[in-house]
Amino acid sequence: MNGGALIDPILAGYLYLLAAVLFIVGLKRLQSPATARRGNQIGGAGMLLAIVVTLIRYEILNPWVIVAGVVVGGGVGLWLARTVEMTAMPQLVAAFNGFGGGASALVAAAELIENQGNLDLRAGITVALTVLVGAVTLSGSFVAYAKLQGLIPGRPFGYPGQKVGDSVLALLIVALIVWLVISPNVLVMWVLLALSLFLGIVRVIQIGGADMPVVISLLNAFSGVAAALAGFVIQENALIISGALVGASGLILTNIMVKAMNRTLGHVLFAAFGGDGGGGPVGGEAKPVRSANSEDVAIALGYADSVIIVPGYGLAVAQAQHNLKELADMLEERGVEVRYGIHPVAGRMPGHMNVLLAEADVPYDKLFALDEIEDDFPHTDVALVVGANDVVNPSAREDPSSAIYGMPIMNVDLAKHAIVIKRSLSPGFAGIDNPLFYMDNTLMFFADAKRGISDIVNSMKEL
Amino acid sequence: MDLLISITVFVLAAYVGFEVITKVPPTLHTPLMSGSNAISGITIIGALVVAGRYAGVAGVVLGFLAVSFAMINVVGGFWVTDRMLQMFKREDRP
Repeated sequence: MNGGALIDPILAGYLYLLAAVLFIVGLKRLQSPATARRGNQIGGAGMLLAIVVTLIRYEILNPWVIVAGVVVGGGVGLWLARTVEMTAMPQLVAAFNGFGGGASALVAAAELIENQGNLDLRAGITVALTVLVGAVTLSGSFVAYAKLQGLIPGRPFGYPGQKVGDSVLALLIVALIVWLVISPNVLVMWVLLALSLFLGIVRVIQIGGADMPVVISLLNAFSGVAAALAGFVIQENALIISGALVGASGLILTNIMVKAMNRTLGHVLFAAFGGDGGGGPVGGEAKPVRSANSEDVAIALGYADSVIIVPGYGLAVAQAQHNLKELADMLEERGVEVRYGIHPVAGRMPGHMNVLLAEADVPYDKLFALDEIEDDFPHTDVALVVGANDVVNPSAREDPSSAIYGMPIMNVDLAKHAIVIKRSLSPGFAGIDNPLFYMDNTLMFFADAKRGISDIVNSMKEL
Repeated sequence: MDLLISITVFVLAAYVGFEVITKVPPTLHTPLMSGSNAISGITIIGALVVAGRYAGVAGVVLGFLAVSFAMINVVGGFWVTDRMLQMFKREDRP
């Protein structure tokens, strides 16, 4: 294999190790926004090093295949990365996860095709697992992409006899893996690949749109595990180290998301919970709410001393981040202290709100995580909720019969006044009513986030 | 390479990953995810080997797809992460 090698394989091994160290150093610098950009560039340099070493390490029989792949893949990646809207970041990351998982599955598939006569037990196992995890990541990510992009409805899809059907599918896949390990066979591998793709589709399509932060985090972990498994297949430490890092990262984020929803991973994956946030009003008697117009809201905000803004997915849908920043700037000019409280599952992926607000030039030292700000609401004049619902539902704290009881929330109901900008009284993804809307100290401003905030800004100018 | 060594490397790297990444603040979780996702594009190494080594039709097709997919992951991932991170600014106005 090293017949035409330009560099010694031992040296190549050390250079791969250097690339892996650069990844770790780069990730370490993500611990502060001040050093994060340089950290990402260090990681990119590590990747470039690994690619160059690979290109000069082996004799290349098909240079044009590589050139075509690099040009096509690099071009598509660059175009996607440059044109994506910040509001669409969750679906882009989902798509990138999918491509990474798909590439790992293809590497394993090619290894099997070329070496099927002389694969040992270990190679058989790792090829089979890489194909499984990589293919599930590929198809699952693209279903998540389609849900987030609105190509298919966000609500969970089920089918009759689903539990039985899913179990049969799982058993079939296990049987195919065993078959592949005992006697490596290209046809069996293709069937395993197809069934794994199918598994990814049926699993993710059964998960509601608002559970996507968990799904994307988990698929992120899968893309790492697929890369590490591919490293076992081609026996390359660089892939094993990098894949393990990404797997750890994805698992940590998954755990944070699941905890922030007070759910278990099993419940998210298998319970087909909730809709896509667009459901009808909850039944029962019509309760009175205090409805406000933009002038009422402008007065309440403009004469406050302190305001905490709690954004949710509605902010992203309405693309209202720039208007919100304009409003916050006006308040600060009036001497109002403005901070932002970001719930871990606000939006459709971890940190989604932070990126949107950073895009609108909100300094990151004004963004506070749940545990940093939750105790400040009782001595805050106004809590302004923009397009969030379940993450500010006091039932989670007070009503043991509620489906979301125990979920950590932003305690906006404890602020002196709460103002909620929302299009209607429809429930959030959990499909449950929100007592916050009917409280005496809550003002409801029924509007699309973007229109509503720009109306408040206009009213504020006349104060 | 011995399987035990591979597994040892995997376990230790996962431990380093947990240690480093639990300290990433929530405000950077989206760039963390897109950036770590770009790192999982390291599978490009395997894709390049596959694409360069095999001459059969299946090898060419799989190699081309693998390199393309991995390059989308690598180039797009690092680039979009950089785009996001350059937006994160501290309060610096007086």
